[in-house]
Amino acid sequence: MNIRIIPRLDIKGPNLVKGIHLEGLRVLGKPEAFAKFYYEAGADELIYQDVVASLYDRNSLQDIISRTAKEIFIPLTVGGGIRTLDDIKNVLRAGADKVSINTSAIKKPQFIRDAALKFGSSTIVVAIEAIKQQDGNYFAFIDNGREATGIEVVDWACRVEELGAGEIVITSVDREGTGIGFDVNLVKMIADKVTIPVIAHGGAGKKEDLLEVLKKGNASAVSIASILHYGILSKDFTDNSFNQEGNTDFLRSGKLVSTVEPTTIKKIKMYLYKNNIDVRMITTE
Amino acid sequence: MKYKVAIIDFELSNLFSVQHACNYVGLNAIITSQKEEILKKDALILPGVGSFGDAMENLIRLDLVDTIKSFIATGKQFLGICLGFQLLFTESEEFGTFQGLNLIDGIVRKFPNINSNGELIRVPQIGWNYIVDSSNGDKWEKSLLKNIKNNAYMYFVHSFYAMPANEKMILTKTNYEGIEYCSSVCFDNVFASQFHPEKSGVEGIKIYQEFANKIKNC
Repeated sequence: MNIRIIPRLDIKGPNLVKGIHLEGLRVLGKPEAFAKFYYEAGADELIYQDVVASLYDRNSLQDIISRTAKEIFIPLTVGGGIRTLDDIKNVLRAGADKVSINTSAIKKPQFIRDAALKFGSSTIVVAIEAIKQQDGNYFAFIDNGREATGIEVVDWACRVEELGAGEIVITSVDREGTGIGFDVNLVKMIADKVTIPVIAHGGAGKKEDLLEVLKKGNASAVSIASILHYGILSKDFTDNSFNQEGNTDFLRSGKLVSTVEPTTIKKIKMYLYKNNIDVRMITTE
Repeated sequence: MKYKVAIIDFELSNLFSVQHACNYVGLNAIITSQKEEILKKDALILPGVGSFGDAMENLIRLDLVDTIKSFIATGKQFLGICLGFQLLFTESEEFGTFQGLNLIDGIVRKFPNINSNGELIRVPQIGWNYIVDSSNGDKWEKSLLKNIKNNAYMYFVHSFYAMPANEKMILTKTNYEGIEYCSSVCFDNVFASQFHPEKSGVEGIKIYQEFANKIKNC
């Protein structure tokens, strides 16, 4: 099976942002510009995650999706604040191919079934945000890693498969944004229990981390952010229409998270290919 | 002038990426379920994500089964994508048996969860896979794949696969975890694929480009 490399773009208002443990968001630039860059560089899919969906109005996101979908012909998954079948319809109408659901799935599991029946399983991705507990168990969190649910993640993963989800994105909130590597154990526990594809997310700091989670964690895809974003921060994606919002000190300081070794999609794919992982190589003509 | 394409709206699928791809190659694509509208257009696309049974039910309810067949009979370009490819077959075993449009003799089946070596197969197949020329003669050159190389990567999302009874129908085959199936067919004015050209990057857009060329020369 060909594995997928999926850049994840966290969006707040009109901006691409990046945090650590899903918090402390820093503005990086315009999501559409990064999306186009990744598309041309060989990304296999893209994820847009509206990280403050419940706090802001969503019109700006719809505009971003629609501008993206006109130029980018790979699958786009959109998540954040999806609560109703109409929300799904609107996001798809704007040009997304799939939606990712966390909070409303946990609050009302039947929503997964209803959504899968209406839009097809392959349109419905369930996002699970996991935090490791002191006793070694992993529990699912909602509201962007802020609120505990007491639900054990492997049980939940099996349940969402049974309810008709087409894929699972498993995020290690503990690792997210840190660059210290994926929680391979967490990914493996879930990938070995379900038969739908599992996308590993949270913690990628260098290309070796991807190889490890694919080989040992049995992931079907990896979702990455910092490792790619920081690599292209030198490029000027912040043109005149760049809307200043939030904390931009980071951009001006030029400091990166020290555990992250920035790289490119092409280098990642070359590396994986050399290590016998089946990836889609882009031939540039 | 812009050539007009109807994208059939049977109230299930995400049609917008198909519409964006058409617009990108200079076509004027309209999403519709109106019989008269459809028949007036220069080309027809039957897209689809969702279940076979629901799709057929909606096509029957919207009185579109004969519309599709009459459109194809006019010789104008027809493109079927994903479920729109599977619907051309005789029947599907998706949650019971459903009759399809029966333009291609064959059955649509579900991927098993284990292959012949006892290995797990993740279903749905979601991701990129090769399309391999399995036709004879110059079929490839005459099809919408004309500007694409053999063994190109295309994007697939599906739990069910199809095999035509008549091997001559097959344009490409694809292998998913040891299961070989038909990934596209081509006959007369019909091209239909299990993969999504509109989600297959630059290579996929070449298929839409050739679709536009064929409409122009039709």
